[in-house]
Amino acid sequence: MRYSALSILMNGLRGNRSWKPAWREPEPKAHYDVIIVGGGGHGLATAYYLAREFGITNVAVLEKGYLGSGNVGRNTTIIRSNYLLPGNNPFYELSLKLWEGLEQDFNFNAMVSQRGVLNLCHSDGQRDAFIRRGNAMRLHGVDAEFLDREAIRRMLPFLGFDNARFPIMGGLLQRRGGTVRHDAVAWGFARGADMRGVDIIQNCEVTGIRQEGGRVTGVETSRGFIACNKLALAAAGNSSRVAAMAGMKLPIESHVLQAFVSEGLKPYIDCVVTFGVGHFYISQSDKGGLVFGGDIDGYNSYAQRGNLAMVEHVIEAGKTMIPGLSRVRVLRSWGGIMDMSMDGSPIIDRTHIDNLYLNAGWCYGGFKATPASGFCFAHLLARGAPQETAAAFRLDRFARGYLIDEDGSGAQPNLH
Amino acid sequence: MASLVPCPHCGLRPKEEFTIKGAALPRPSPDAGADAWLDHVYLRDNPRGALDEFWHHTSGCRRWLIVSRDTFSHEISACRDAADPAKERS
Ligand SMILES: Cc1cc2nc3c(=O)[nH]c(=O)nc-3n(C[C@H](O)[C@H](O)[C@H](O)COP(=O)(O)OP(=O)(O)OC[C@H]3O[C@@H](n4cnc5c(N)ncnc54)[C@H](O)[C@@H]3O)c2cc1C
Ligand SMILES: [Zn+2]
Repeated sequence: MRYSALSILMNGLRGNRSWKPAWREPEPKAHYDVIIVGGGGHGLATAYYLAREFGITNVAVLEKGYLGSGNVGRNTTIIRSNYLLPGNNPFYELSLKLWEGLEQDFNFNAMVSQRGVLNLCHSDGQRDAFIRRGNAMRLHGVDAEFLDREAIRRMLPFLGFDNARFPIMGGLLQRRGGTVRHDAVAWGFARGADMRGVDIIQNCEVTGIRQEGGRVTGVETSRGFIACNKLALAAAGNSSRVAAMAGMKLPIESHVLQAFVSEGLKPYIDCVVTFGVGHFYISQSDKGGLVFGGDIDGYNSYAQRGNLAMVEHVIEAGKTMIPGLSRVRVLRSWGGIMDMSMDGSPIIDRTHIDNLYLNAGWCYGGFKATPASGFCFAHLLARGAPQETAAAFRLDRFARGYLIDEDGSGAQPNLH
Repeated sequence: MASLVPCPHCGLRPKEEFTIKGAALPRPSPDAGADAWLDHVYLRDNPRGALDEFWHHTSGCRRWLIVSRDTFSHEISACRDAADPAKERS
């Protein structure tokens, strides 16, 4: 059923008794053209675009938990394309453009809200780096504006402007950046893929990858063996574990990133603001909760929960940026497992096995990439060649010396 | 994670005192070749379970330590000085 204002009205008149589940719960078939491992945002988007753009519908998405139980349902929902480097910028801009049309495209309200993303700076050096990044964005055709202190004061008068050590000197604003309702992204892609014939199979953990004659023939799962022509890995924080089933060792470490939400408040912060000190970022959800977070904890982890030291650090940074936060009560905090790559940039590529494909290394920023990642991965699976904006995300770039290191912090994932 | 790290020199110390380097991997010889160095610098086993890591006790004794930790439970099972030769081979 197509969702529309009319469908809401008609269903309302019928007492809302005739709504159908948004996707089926099929039994796995014996064989698929493409199996995607991981029912997070990227796996579901890949399935959606495979079916919608490339007409490949004999596809299964295998998810070990329930749909959206991974990072797609744990992130802080920020979208933006304010990247410096050529390998990254066109890809994230493609993603932002896809976000702009996504809700009409998949007929689901994902609450895409282009409320702006503002990065604050606190020193001459940081300001110069931000202006350089802004210029790089504009050269790529992406919107960027540098705001001075007074312009920021008019926007966000409650910031701590005159902190002795970290005064706010200005900020780089991308007005087209913003937030999206993360769960709805998973649901919208799932529904759109399911409608076109894709089987989404929940509670189905991949436990082994079967190979014959140098090719993948299928996967062992908690629900039995399932055969496939092509296997696509999109397991985010568990990428290393899944790839190890095919004998691969990835340039990835798994780390925990925490996030927090406060009790609901009246409208207070109408954009996304990031603090250039330590790292802190905040926005306000449509329900009123302040959603905020900081850096990864800094140690390898598969635990989906973090440490109190980082809780303290994030909240200290938050109070420095917005002194009024000291009066706000935190409602809950949680963690998710990040596939931190060695240069901080992702991988969308083939592997040493002809029919095995890899989508990984999204670090703490893969939510914004969801539509483009799905689109480009589907392109690679369907056409056998990379989509042009994702051509730099090669697995062999580490061996060849073509790293895409936005931070310039080297092969040290806990510093990216 | 256990928030306290048992430094062999300083006793139980809070995690915030330490800087974490990552997996404690043996360094290849300078002439080991590109593949060995690629493996050392960029590729990781990234296990879900037991892992040995280099931690620096930055705000304490300033020694490099090897912390043995479980990456899923966050429990620390051992912590020794990285220069301790007797145990390094175990
Ligand atoms: C706290 C936090 C805040 C974040 N904030 C932002 C943000 O503001 N903006 C942004 O752009 N990004 C953000 N991110 C990053 C973003 O959430 C991730 O990069 C992105 O969601 C990863 O892709 P995914 O959605 O496919 O991952 P997931 O949703 O994690 O999908 C992977 C799926 O694979 C499944 N899986 C794993 N192993 C197996 C197996 N063996 N068999 C079957 N299934 C398996 C998992 O269960 C999981 O559902 C944040 C992340 C966290 C944790
Ligand atoms: Zn010590």
